[in-house]
Amino acid sequence: MALVLTEEQSMLRDSARGLVADRAPIAHLRKLRDSRDDEGFSREVWKEFASMGFAGIIVPEDNGGSGLGHVEAGVVMEEIGRNLTPSPFLSTAILGATALKRAGGARAGDLLARLSAGDLLLALALDERPKHTPKHIETKATRSGNGFTLSGAKTFVVDGHVADLLIVTARTAGGDDDKDGVTLLLVDPKAKGVSIERTIMVDAHNAARITFENVAVDSDAVLGEIDAGAPLVETILDAGRACVASELLGLSEEAFERTVAYLKERKQFGKLIGEFQGLQHRASHLYCELEITRAAVLKALQMLDADADKARAYVAVAKARACSSADLAVREAVQMHGGNGMTDAIDIGLFMKRARVAQELFGDARFHANRIAKIRGY
Amino acid sequence: MTDLETFRRETRAWLEANCPAEMRTPPDDEEDRCWGGRNWKFKNEAQKQWLERMAARGWTVPDWPKEFGGGGLSKDETKILREEMRAMKCRSPLDSFGIWMLGPALLKYGNEAQKKEHLPKIARGEIRWCQGYSEPGAGSDLASLQTKAEDKGDHYLVNGQKIWTSYANYADWIFCLVRTDPKAKKHEGISFLLFDMASSGVETRPILLISGKSPFCETFFTDVKVPKENLVYTENKGWDVAKYLLTHERDMIGGMGLGGGRPLGQIAAQSVGVENGSLADPLLRADIAEFDVDAFAFALAMERAGDLMKSKQAHPAYSSFLKYYGTELNKRRHELVMSSLGSDGLEWESERSQEGDAPRAWLRTKANSIEGGTSEVQLNIISKRILELPGA
Repeated sequence: MALVLTEEQSMLRDSARGLVADRAPIAHLRKLRDSRDDEGFSREVWKEFASMGFAGIIVPEDNGGSGLGHVEAGVVMEEIGRNLTPSPFLSTAILGATALKRAGGARAGDLLARLSAGDLLLALALDERPKHTPKHIETKATRSGNGFTLSGAKTFVVDGHVADLLIVTARTAGGDDDKDGVTLLLVDPKAKGVSIERTIMVDAHNAARITFENVAVDSDAVLGEIDAGAPLVETILDAGRACVASELLGLSEEAFERTVAYLKERKQFGKLIGEFQGLQHRASHLYCELEITRAAVLKALQMLDADADKARAYVAVAKARACSSADLAVREAVQMHGGNGMTDAIDIGLFMKRARVAQELFGDARFHANRIAKIRGY
Repeated sequence: MTDLETFRRETRAWLEANCPAEMRTPPDDEEDRCWGGRNWKFKNEAQKQWLERMAARGWTVPDWPKEFGGGGLSKDETKILREEMRAMKCRSPLDSFGIWMLGPALLKYGNEAQKKEHLPKIARGEIRWCQGYSEPGAGSDLASLQTKAEDKGDHYLVNGQKIWTSYANYADWIFCLVRTDPKAKKHEGISFLLFDMASSGVETRPILLISGKSPFCETFFTDVKVPKENLVYTENKGWDVAKYLLTHERDMIGGMGLGGGRPLGQIAAQSVGVENGSLADPLLRADIAEFDVDAFAFALAMERAGDLMKSKQAHPAYSSFLKYYGTELNKRRHELVMSSLGSDGLEWESERSQEGDAPRAWLRTKANSIEGGTSEVQLNIISKRILELPGA
């Protein structure tokens, strides 16, 4: 498949760009942040996403979704990245939908339909350490009666405080770092023993710490297979990683474009600063880094659509590249904006904040370079 | 089954039946490749067979028109052929500046007689070409070149000196930039000439490089007579041809970033050892992993560049990006090869090191970001033409 968007995908990008830039531009993020909005996102905008078919973008049409693929989801994520939009798109439309789709089961069809209509928000409660270590799961679900008793603590749960259902990774057998013995559970956040602390983050996007204390969970809450949830976790994570890579790419490109525009308008020493070769070469180098990341991200999304089981290395490369090139893009953006870049009034610093968070989300560049080394056997 | 799927299946079967086993290993270095030419001595029978079989199908230049010795393949078919060759690890049957640089320029700017005369010989590997561009005083500032060609009625009289002429001492013909109008602005008095290196008045002197090898020459022209019909395109419009050809040269050099060769992780495992499944030197491992991520992604960027060109969405200056990044990546790779080999990589003359293969290759890569326009020149081009920064 050619590494360019198809005509349909380009049209989708144009409509996503229109919607996001119009309804959820950076001013939208500022308003939510400055008003200390309880939910941290707009339900009204999310309804509009749903009516455009974005909430159920990767949900099969039989379940009320749009039946599209990861490339299309990535296209939407890129626009979210450009506008720094706080949206349940990642937690619900990507992570939640992937979990329900892949796990199947009696409840999946109904939940996917509600999700696609914009009536169900999900959150993935996975990380327990401050650095992404998906195989380390201390949270325990012990058998009790017809179901389980869940105890443990999760951190960096995106949209954790607004979700209608939590997807929790828990250990049902084995030691803290064993591959086997992991089970995914759908947990009601209002259940007795669940406490949720919303954590206001540096980028003003949603996250929460969640603790489970002897929470009673029914056996029909199991997503996928008991004790054998690790591959499902990887599948959910890879979809999430590729889509966060798209978000980072969109964010980088917007920061880069704003910076190049600034180089063409800011004057010092009687010259436009874009005339200085010291800045020209750095901007051109950054252009190259972003072009390479663009190819890697699109390929990973295409691989997820074509053959998800073979996509692992591509996703690792895409997330590693998206992290490192976004890191460079936002650092250069702030530096080249000079003192202006340090002010809250100018948007550029907001890109740096979001890039920092999105890098940590589901593994940073080092995490994914390490995966490549493991895949290649060294 | 679509036509392309059929083509892929047939291509795979043909390659399987026709590519000799010896041609399914990567070449050791530039000298282990097949360059062709009047005086070419094949390294072995397999190299000869492979060239002849591929040339007979026009597959040394698969996307050139059949009438000029090409395969007449579409861009999709060409891509499939390359993919299948890569999958089977088939070597390129013929490496040549004629294929990479002159051919595309002649297809665009040459007249019918020139195309008929030169292209089939390039495709069959009968004539080996060299490139007369740089001069001692015209490197990055190529357009300031001084080699002059005076109009003598039925011929030009060429006098001057070129430098960094790749393999001029082995080449049969040269494509050469000369000044035909010394009074015009520097870009507007240049012409593009073709001539036989056996012409009277041509002399080459190999330059010994830090790698201990001499892939480049100084080339001197003293009263060399070049027939008028060997002018490509229009007199004093040679810069247009030169620029077009340079984009192809940049693609070629940038492609070196794809590397090939032994995986770095394997090389390092031998010298630093492995503990619990990971390289015992964690910082070297981290550097190699970071390189592998970038090289993997760069290969995808090359693939995307091809797709962008096919769908006419590529920026005309896109090759500067590939050239810049590919060459810097190749230099990084060879630094890591040297770090991974440790003292084994320092042996310059020994059996074990195959007469210093690794250090010589490492030193050779330092030229990658100089030849074909330095990295700094590529960044200038991106600044000016893609980012449209002021005063660039």
